[in-house]
Amino acid sequence: MTTTAKQKVGWGTANTVAVVLAIVPVLWIVSLSFKDPATITDASFWPKKWTLENYRGIFKTSEFTHALINSIGIALIATFIAVVLASMAAYAVARLSFPGKGLLIGMSLLIAMFPAISLVTPLFNIERSLHLFDTWPALIIPYIAFGLPLGIYTLSAFFREIPWELEKAAKMDGATPYQAFTKVIAPLAAPGMFTTAILIFIFCWNDFLFAISLTSTTNARTVPAAIGFFTGSSQFTAPTGSISAAAVIITIPIIIFVLFFQRRIVAGLTSGAVKG
Amino acid sequence: MTIDAEKAAPTAPETRTEKTHRRTQLSEGARAERRLGWMLIAPAVIVMIAVTAYPIGYAIYLSLQRYDLRFPKQAKFVGLDNYTAVLSSPYWWHALWITLIITLISVAIELVLGMLLALLMHRTLFGRGTVRTAILVPYGIVTVVAAFSWQYAWTPSTGYLTALLGNGTSAPLTHTVQAIAIIILAEVWKTTPFMALLLMAGLALVPEDLQKAAKVDGATAWQRFVRITLPLMKPAILVALLFRTLDAFRIFDNIFVLTAGTNNTGSVSILGYDNLFTALNLGIGSAISILIFICVAIIAFFFIKGFGAAAPGSSGK
Repeated sequence: MTTTAKQKVGWGTANTVAVVLAIVPVLWIVSLSFKDPATITDASFWPKKWTLENYRGIFKTSEFTHALINSIGIALIATFIAVVLASMAAYAVARLSFPGKGLLIGMSLLIAMFPAISLVTPLFNIERSLHLFDTWPALIIPYIAFGLPLGIYTLSAFFREIPWELEKAAKMDGATPYQAFTKVIAPLAAPGMFTTAILIFIFCWNDFLFAISLTSTTNARTVPAAIGFFTGSSQFTAPTGSISAAAVIITIPIIIFVLFFQRRIVAGLTSGAVKG
Repeated sequence: MTIDAEKAAPTAPETRTEKTHRRTQLSEGARAERRLGWMLIAPAVIVMIAVTAYPIGYAIYLSLQRYDLRFPKQAKFVGLDNYTAVLSSPYWWHALWITLIITLISVAIELVLGMLLALLMHRTLFGRGTVRTAILVPYGIVTVVAAFSWQYAWTPSTGYLTALLGNGTSAPLTHTVQAIAIIILAEVWKTTPFMALLLMAGLALVPEDLQKAAKVDGATAWQRFVRITLPLMKPAILVALLFRTLDAFRIFDNIFVLTAGTNNTGSVSILGYDNLFTALNLGIGSAISILIFICVAIIAFFFIKGFGAAAPGSSGK
């Protein structure tokens, strides 16, 4: 197919429109975070005077730093456990034949569609009686449960693509089962597991409803929940600048993932959905 | 294998019984595989059941109680009274109506925009990576962050959008219809990329040869899209619609940040949350939870009926 100049311009325009629409709201919050309190209400898209005041402000009190530590810790632990459990289950789904496989897939699908609000009320009460309320496990446990369906789906799609005969070949060449696994299978499975981990991490990082319902103090409150309850640095200033600065900080990991692992994320999101 | 079956059914000459026996008397290897399979899925299954099935059962129990957290001593079994209270309340029906409007409009817009975006990413001649990277930003960004960006954009005297589109002093987030439009905008911006990626995966399954053949036969681009691409993409479209519809029905974060449900903009999830954490009424809150669960089940049921053989998981692949 030969490309005419007209086609080039057409695609170029369409691409530009898509990219601009996708990033303008993000640039806006970045811009707000760099405006100084005096000009924050000037409604201009770019700051007229740049300042780091908002960033200094949120790191001055422990409210935000605590929330940031909670967010990172909870998301990492939940992601790690979910990926381990999902890998085990996905290996079974992709490689073994056993009754109940259909049931597992059906159950994962059901949970993926589950309305979180339906669980908030009972979990709130259950966690209070187990003294889990407002602790890290209070959030880690539901995050694992909701990360699992996503993990099982994506990982079983990835695992089906692995040439498992290589394992047998390695064993025939004299490798022990352990060597066959660590030297042959694990390197092949790692990219899929890494992609799945990113997707589950994004889910945990994003959650708001569980985070505001199952926590009440800086003990376990994550950043999305914390900025939902932010007050200004003094009671007379609106927290616009602080919220924007906090918002930008928790967007950084997402931007890093997207910039460096775009291909993997797209593959992960699409493989599970189509082949499911 | 044969020895096993003979031992198990030495006096059964009929092949049918022999077969069933062989099935129950699995070979050692198959039995070990079964056991390994169950052991591997067990932890995942236990966590999923502990966090969903058990609480839902508990929510059903709570929904049949009068249970106010301010007066825990007065908890008592009241049968279906909570459901009667919710279903006869105009708040529930209004929230349901708002939720359905937001769901229908945003999913419809997302389907159209998502399809355009999917075609763009599938067909574009250059800059494919840039577009994909850019659209992953809305997908990945924390919903609350995006919602604050939209909120400030529409705040009088702060926002660039009020300055650009309004007279700078109007507060669209305090008008019901305008606020709902902004909620839909925020929802569409955040989730269209996900829709587009699912549709793009479906597009990749449409054979290029078919398109070329139709082109040779003189079909226009629109005809090719409607007659070839769309029918072949039906499973992908249904999956994307199912996921997005159920997701939109659960809408919470965007509304919580943008309006907190004021001015009649609350969804059913907002109503459930308010009943638990503002009214502290576990009984009513649980009844709302169960009703939302039933709504989701009904939507899922109709979609899965519509799937037919295309239901995810049913093919076993």
